[in-house]
Amino acid sequence: MKVTFPHMGNLYIPLKSFFESLGVEVVVPPLSSKRTLELGCKYSPEFACLPFKVTLGNFIEALEMGADTIVMAGGIGPCRFGYYAEVQREILKDLGYRFEMVVLEPPQGHVWDLIKKFKHITSNRSFKEIYVAGKLAWKKLLMADRLDKLANRLRAVEMEKGKTDSVYKRALNLITEARTEQELGAARQQIVKEISSIKKASEKNLLKVGLVGEIYTLLEPFVNFNIEKQLGELGVVVDRSISISQWVRENLLPSFMKSKEPELLAKLAEPYIPCFVGGHGRESVAQIVSYANQGVDGVIHLLPLTCMPEIVAKSVLPKVSKIHSIPVMTLVLDEHSAETGLRTRLEAFVDLIRERKEEKELGVLSWN
Amino acid sequence: MECYLGIDLGSVSTNFALIDRYGKVIKKIYLRTAGRPIETIKNGLKMLREDLDSDIEIKGVGTTGSGRKLASVIVGADVVKNEITAHAVASLSQIPEVQTILEIGGQDSKIIILRDGVVVDFAMNTVCAAGTGSFLDRQAQRLGIPIELFGEIALKSKNPTRIAGRCAVFAESDMIHKQQLGYKVEDILKGLCQALVRNYLANVAKGKEIKPPVVFQGGVAANSGIKKAFEEELGMEVLVPEHYDVMGALGAAILAKKAISQNRQKKTNFYGFEAAFKEHRAETFECGGCPNLCEVVQIYQGDKLMARWGDRCGRWSQDVAV
Repeated sequence: MKVTFPHMGNLYIPLKSFFESLGVEVVVPPLSSKRTLELGCKYSPEFACLPFKVTLGNFIEALEMGADTIVMAGGIGPCRFGYYAEVQREILKDLGYRFEMVVLEPPQGHVWDLIKKFKHITSNRSFKEIYVAGKLAWKKLLMADRLDKLANRLRAVEMEKGKTDSVYKRALNLITEARTEQELGAARQQIVKEISSIKKASEKNLLKVGLVGEIYTLLEPFVNFNIEKQLGELGVVVDRSISISQWVRENLLPSFMKSKEPELLAKLAEPYIPCFVGGHGRESVAQIVSYANQGVDGVIHLLPLTCMPEIVAKSVLPKVSKIHSIPVMTLVLDEHSAETGLRTRLEAFVDLIRERKEEKELGVLSWN
Repeated sequence: MECYLGIDLGSVSTNFALIDRYGKVIKKIYLRTAGRPIETIKNGLKMLREDLDSDIEIKGVGTTGSGRKLASVIVGADVVKNEITAHAVASLSQIPEVQTILEIGGQDSKIIILRDGVVVDFAMNTVCAAGTGSFLDRQAQRLGIPIELFGEIALKSKNPTRIAGRCAVFAESDMIHKQQLGYKVEDILKGLCQALVRNYLANVAKGKEIKPPVVFQGGVAANSGIKKAFEEELGMEVLVPEHYDVMGALGAAILAKKAISQNRQKKTNFYGFEAAFKEHRAETFECGGCPNLCEVVQIYQGDKLMARWGDRCGRWSQDVAV
């Protein structure tokens, strides 16, 4: 059995680790590229959203490399994502590929179902073995997420341009290659050392931008034109509201182990969107309010074209932005590749929040 | 005399604005880019030099527009700024109280909201070019009307016909339909103006609070029919500044002036008008380093590599700083 899965940011690192620790051969699809997108678009329904197309492209590339088992997430609720695996399976079958597709539905408290599926993929490994593999994968995931957070701050202040990203790339490799918790510990020390070697400029008065929106477009740098890096180049500290580890915590853990935080957060959206609208629509609005409360300078809202939950969120954003006095810019992502247009909007947005911040500080000064 | 030059390299037009140290426009040039940005910039520089007094000294240069990076490589710029900021700066210099800027250019349209002289919100058209200058150009051409007369003719209309403005293709078939039914040209043109304005307000300006003074700029502001349609739809006066057609360039010039005056020690990066006579060429190749197959662009001046871009990973652009 050769297992593969779709790309979404650094998700491949813990997944690869998990399956390999259990002795399952893994085919990691090539990182999403123009070819992935072209393949995906060619065989997708035209009106499907970008995540559908790119992940379908991932599968085709992995099947070409000999994968025979696809692990894909399922879903519930108004977002079309829950239906992706089913439709993709049919498309790939029609293309003549022979494979098995294992759909991991969010367990909603039935963790046992999920474990049974893992047991099936790993040809009945023991619960203990699955636990050990899962623990290592989880630690890698936490480390990769932590690294993202650090990089999103460092890019804005690095003295030597591009240094953060070269350290970042090496660090991801170190995390990927660690095979035991011990090795991971050593990798961690090495990464900490490299990060502390990055020379930093003054960290005073830095601009800070929050990223909210649809999870896939937020996490996959290929479809969002590496927006975190681009903002870093413009001297902005980025805070992404969603991380993979957070998603796992909220969706895969049994309810008694979940934190109360997401529920409290959703309350912030209540005056605007009082109910669940699918995907992260309500969470996007709540995050914007939360960012405003934290004094973040501006928020960028990302969504793939035709994303229903985020369109609902977008419709209330002018009001949210006004009431909480925080600039919000929505960017819609699709197959087009006009990076210049995106860059122009980012630069203009950064100018806007910078001027606003300076104005505010002047205001404070003149009051004193 | 100390002067500052602004260049707006857009997809459809390339504009130059030369200002003196008080910010007054001494000279402006509006050229069609016609798909040849490098040549157009050099032509503009030549035209500028021919017209100018010999005592003119360029103290700073700013570039903007979608080709701002390219323009900067050719002429040597002190400031490279996005067109939204440049347009806002220019508008503020002409009408300091401005609260809303409507800008419609060749390929894109934008709205900028300002309060107390600060940009607080903006939006650009996202997916469709319906209702930008290129579309109007094409329709005028189809009807055999010089684009300069478009507005004037539209203003004559008493019974504008309704045209669907949501999409350029639908608008065109609607227009043809009306024309075959026997509607007058002026009524069709006025209908088109109204459709464009409706589309702009519903898409680009969606959810934005439009407060006066409203300034209308960009190439399309020359069209009095569109201006009138905006006034009717908004129920307020719409101002078209004197240099409406080169506002981006004007903004870039003002920003260059600001950057230089903040640091008097700094000398301009401007290569001089000689840049217009040097040989520039752009070469592209497809990088095979990964499946992204990025198209990398290299700009040469003579044999010297001036800039490189187009790669996602930085493999090629990193070692040649722009």
